[in-house]
Amino acid sequence: MTVTPSQTVGPFYGYALPFPGGADLAPGHPGAITVHGYVYDGAGAPVPDALLEFWQAGPDGSRAGATGSMRRDPVTGAVAGRDGVAFTGFGRVATDPDGHYTLRTLPPGGTPYLGVCVFARGLLHHLYTRVYLESSPGDPVLSGLTAERAATLIATPERPGVLRFDVRLQYDGTHEETVFLAFE
Amino acid sequence: MESTQTDIDAEIAAADAVALPGRIHPDRDYPPYRSTVLRHPKQSLVVVRDPEAVELSGPVFGVTDVLGHDADLTRQHRGEPLGERITVTGRVLDRDGHPIRGQLVEVWQANAAGRYAHGGDRHPAPLDPNFTGAGRCLTDDEGRYTFTTMRPGAYPWRNHRNAWRPAHIHFSLFGTAFTQRLVTQMYFPGDPLHARDPILRAVADEKARRRLIADYDHDLSVPEWSLGYRWDIVLDGPAATWIEEGR
Ligand SMILES: [Fe+2]
Repeated sequence: MTVTPSQTVGPFYGYALPFPGGADLAPGHPGAITVHGYVYDGAGAPVPDALLEFWQAGPDGSRAGATGSMRRDPVTGAVAGRDGVAFTGFGRVATDPDGHYTLRTLPPGGTPYLGVCVFARGLLHHLYTRVYLESSPGDPVLSGLTAERAATLIATPERPGVLRFDVRLQYDGTHEETVFLAFE
Repeated sequence: MESTQTDIDAEIAAADAVALPGRIHPDRDYPPYRSTVLRHPKQSLVVVRDPEAVELSGPVFGVTDVLGHDADLTRQHRGEPLGERITVTGRVLDRDGHPIRGQLVEVWQANAAGRYAHGGDRHPAPLDPNFTGAGRCLTDDEGRYTFTTMRPGAYPWRNHRNAWRPAHIHFSLFGTAFTQRLVTQMYFPGDPLHARDPILRAVADEKARRRLIADYDHDLSVPEWSLGYRWDIVLDGPAATWIEEGR
């Protein structure tokens, strides 16, 4: 069948797609780590209207996910939020006016990376990338890249439990463009 | 100098002339849509062939995530929104035509006057206190979704001088794998703005572009109530094969 083409998320998704708690996959969990960073364009300017989605294995290695990322209160209709027990594996966070995002999650079991899907105004088709939480020798994706390119996928530890991961949509003359992925 | 519609039309024609035949998705490097210039990667995508890739599975949603009335955008406030009431329905399918069951569909749109309920929208058209323009639902066992809403208006944007977006509804879709993720826009048939819009025209292949335009379906129209549109969505990307059970 003819596939439905992609179109940009545009600038006005902000009241529809982000949801309270979208960036905190493990509310109240003492073992949660913080992954944060900026999204930049080809002029090196921060992108204040990007939307990042994260998908990852659970701490036990499960890829089945769980419902309840956007859990609602059926009486009031308000967002009740994740129940803090089930690990849904899904996160969604928009960049702020500085182009910055912050994600809190639990390290995945069995795989060293978080899957990322990037949307933005001016991006006609989303982009996939990965946040590797540590350098991972033998990883089939990293091992096919030069050291400079691979480095764009590996988060930088800033202090215990806090990692930095920037997304560069385009080479800006100084900084390497992030590696983006296609799947077959 | 600010480009005119005539400039943009010429750029679209030039891009069409060199477009790869049969290409479905827009080229991320599409200069007639000015915001693409600094926001597309210049390096090729790195192809992942790992059957163990986490992206071959994907997020799941359920009845706890969605309320029944989330799918009726005309009932989110005390009063009735202004404009032309419509229903939009269709099926979400994978490339093989199999329904995507129980998966999340999200929509957002401008109101009937062409204004978004978003602080960044400066178009001097009225906000409608009875219309927000965001909805969600889960697909049923046949992959079907249905929304009741108001037909959105066209709106101006600043891509070039006198740039107007054709009326559209934004859609966000999940498949059984993260690789099937899709965000797109549904357009209405017969709109003279289609040919002039660099976002729609970024899909160079005409058959693929037609996939983005809903059909008016008179049998879906409800007497004395609403007009009906039908729009099926086919998701790209490798689907999860190892986790069929329960989907
Ligand atoms: Fe729009």
